[in-house]
Amino acid sequence: MSKITNILVVGTGGQGVMTATEILAEAAIALGHDVKKTEVAGMAQRGGVVSSHLRFGPRVLSPQISPGTADVLLGFEAAEGMRWRHMLRPDGLALMNTGRLVPPVVDIGLYTYPDDPVAAMREAGTRVYAFDASGIAGELGDIRLGNTVMLGAISDQLSFPAEVLEQCVLKRFASKKPELVELNRRAFAAGRAAAQAALRGESEACCAAT
Amino acid sequence: MAAVMPAPAQSRLLMSGNDAVSRAVWEAGVKVAAAYPGTPSTEMLEVISTYPDIYSEWSVNEKVSLEVAFGAAMAGSRAFCAMKHVGLNVASDALMTLTLTGVVGGLVIAVADDVGLSSSQNEQDSRFWGRFAHVPVLEPADSQEAYDYTLAAFELSEKFETPVILRMTTRICHVKGLVTVGERRTHRGAGFKKDVGRWVMVPGAAARRLPKMFERERLLRAEAEVSPLNVVEPGSDRRVGFVVSGPAYMHVRESFPDAPVLKLGFSCPVPFEKVRAFAAQCERLVVVEEVEPLVETELKAQGIAVTGKDILPLSGELAPHVLRPAIAGLLGEPAPVEKIAAPLPVFPRPPTMCVACPHLGVYYTLAQLRNVTISGDIGCYTLGFGHPWNALDACISMGASMGMALGLDKGRGESDEDKKIVAVIGDSTFLHMGMQGLLDIVYNRGNVTVLLLDNRAVGMTGGQDNPGNGRDIHGDPAPRVDFAQLVKALGVREERVHVVDPYELPTLFKRLREETRIPEPSVIITNQPCVLIKDYHKLKPYTVIDDKCTGCGNCVDIGCPAIHVTRRDRVTKASGREVDLAFVRIETAACTGCGLCVQPCAPDAIVHAEKVSVINMLKKS
Ligand SMILES: Cc1ncc(C[n+]2csc(CCOP(=O)(O)OP(=O)(O)O)c2C)c(N)n1
Ligand code: SF4
Ligand code: SF4
Ligand code: SF4
Repeated sequence: MSKITNILVVGTGGQGVMTATEILAEAAIALGHDVKKTEVAGMAQRGGVVSSHLRFGPRVLSPQISPGTADVLLGFEAAEGMRWRHMLRPDGLALMNTGRLVPPVVDIGLYTYPDDPVAAMREAGTRVYAFDASGIAGELGDIRLGNTVMLGAISDQLSFPAEVLEQCVLKRFASKKPELVELNRRAFAAGRAAAQAALRGESEACCAAT
Repeated sequence: MAAVMPAPAQSRLLMSGNDAVSRAVWEAGVKVAAAYPGTPSTEMLEVISTYPDIYSEWSVNEKVSLEVAFGAAMAGSRAFCAMKHVGLNVASDALMTLTLTGVVGGLVIAVADDVGLSSSQNEQDSRFWGRFAHVPVLEPADSQEAYDYTLAAFELSEKFETPVILRMTTRICHVKGLVTVGERRTHRGAGFKKDVGRWVMVPGAAARRLPKMFERERLLRAEAEVSPLNVVEPGSDRRVGFVVSGPAYMHVRESFPDAPVLKLGFSCPVPFEKVRAFAAQCERLVVVEEVEPLVETELKAQGIAVTGKDILPLSGELAPHVLRPAIAGLLGEPAPVEKIAAPLPVFPRPPTMCVACPHLGVYYTLAQLRNVTISGDIGCYTLGFGHPWNALDACISMGASMGMALGLDKGRGESDEDKKIVAVIGDSTFLHMGMQGLLDIVYNRGNVTVLLLDNRAVGMTGGQDNPGNGRDIHGDPAPRVDFAQLVKALGVREERVHVVDPYELPTLFKRLREETRIPEPSVIITNQPCVLIKDYHKLKPYTVIDDKCTGCGNCVDIGCPAIHVTRRDRVTKASGREVDLAFVRIETAACTGCGLCVQPCAPDAIVHAEKVSVINMLKKS
């Protein structure tokens, strides 16, 4: 069972979490892995919490990632990373979009949105690479590119080359909306660069500390 | 949706359990497939409807879907129907007698239990129906098995002339895994053979069918003893042997790779001899089943010593992190210490209604009514119980808003003497089970104001078509029900039936206030589509002019998720009263211009987004 990779993708309904996980699954299949993908997505369509589990390896049995065993947490929304970070293994990595989606319960004053979710995760001991995926997507012209940015960000953390994942992303659009292929290529590259920059930022911080 | 070219045989595809069942239904040569939507079962019929050469339909409710499928099976064709767990409660009247007649063409009923309650009003175990109706139950553990077992279910159904329950759970329906698919086979229907002794269930005929049903059950148990769906997997660590069914199998295999396992894919009737033989190979048996102790209780009644729900939870999924500590406890071992970080506290994120949902205005208006009890129903509009509206007081099962409202009216306590009773129900729910309740209100002269929220879709389950929008399961034109005519035909007086635009708040409020004052049944029908379906058209988005916003917070009470509070304040009025202020902004990219929030904004701070840019341009120049 040791060779199973566990990736947890989290966010809110409508952010493309499930599609992103499906593309990750396709990449794993393309490399000959067995795959299981599962969601807990209640009434996710309407802005609720979505968490999507992807497990791949020689043979996958349970589709669920047990708490404390996720290798990577891919967070599409800042506070959602806090909600799920206990799913990571102790030395696991969280790749976080710093973009925020404030729910109505916060707007009407019943709850508060945490001041700095990424800092809260770090304080609690989670290793986090954070970047503004929503902002990057917005600059590229469409907030819906956010999930491709996130896939770009995770592409260097997988046991296979980033290009395999990129091909799977682009293949989707090549068949349905060829005009979006180029935009997604750029979104993927931007996500990849953002995660690498976050990594450098972290190592610089480490060096500065020592 | 138009029929697509199905993937060729031998392809290995990433499929959900629902996809896999659908593919197998097509391959099995099924002629008729019917369902009423319900999470997590909905995708089965959605996918089947894309396959060629198979009749598929959205039925008005689960009972009708089962009757349609049964009719086809009586005629000798293969038939399929799918539903969520609570759907079988509705269909059970048909089930409990069609089990007596049995079937000619294979009849498979896929029932999806929402283990873990991700989107349902209860968590019930549909395997009980196998016992109650004396029909076999197959329990797949992943997508490949969902595919294989569906094919096996049709064979079993025809061999024993019995309907077969394919028991799915949320985890099977929605998990995607790899499935190897096969060819479609054609199945020739035998044709309907007149046989009143079999097909007309009057008491005498039914009494003669009973022994046949029990004999069938005996034979099915013998079949379960030898069925390849019930397999023993030997293991080296024999301290615990697991008797497992459904998705729990995967969790057991993952958690205890060396333990012997008896996997019951064909779990009802239980193959007792097989379990006895298995028991002899292990020190003790643990039954792992979701969710009620059915197999466990039956084994105990047979004198087979087993452990089960005394150490495992009676609800929810039996995932590895639930199983491991329970079994460790049983063996007297220390619980496995897993290095799990504590979850960080963070606000909840309950589901909300969509931006510009046509239900928003209804709940905004209901929230203004005083001295009212609101009997609710199941659909997106159930969310009206929550913030900011707090305008729905009860909800149990589909269509229940009608009967409950009449009961609230007739059973008034002294304190409720002047209470107004309002019932809120969606179009699909009304057609499913609400019509009868309304007839009961009219016939028994109830004093209830009914809000029939016609958004031309089954919104909650993803916007499926229904008889209310004039489109069939393929999206092709179909006869459309006229709700105003329908409720009049049920006896609601013409003057008491109103069709209103739910985006016109003053009209809505006026109608509601009037009708709740008149002591007779009335129906207010809203007429704007769900924003997720193609009938909905976006309008020009709005924005807030900061300088004009007084922070009154009225627009926040609409409950549209595109409206965000930017700043709060508290001021003391001249009268000395303290008031909370909430200044807002509109997320213009999300706003679809429904105009609801504009109406309660006294200072006209909410304007079309374009106008602002014009103003800005003028300012700049
Ligand atoms: C017996 C039963 N069948 C199916 C469901 C699943 N379900 C919940 S609400 C709903 C229909 C909602 O449609 P509608 O009444 O039109 O309201 P909307 O969601 O569109 O507002 C369905 C099918 C259920 N809860 N119970
Ligand atoms: S899906 Fe349709 S009915 Fe449901 S909340 Fe959204 S707009 Fe409203
Ligand atoms: S007009 Fe107001 S209520 Fe309507 S969608 Fe826009 S923000 Fe929401
Ligand atoms: S209703 Fe108008 S004034 Fe009141 S908070 Fe909303 S935008 Fe501001």
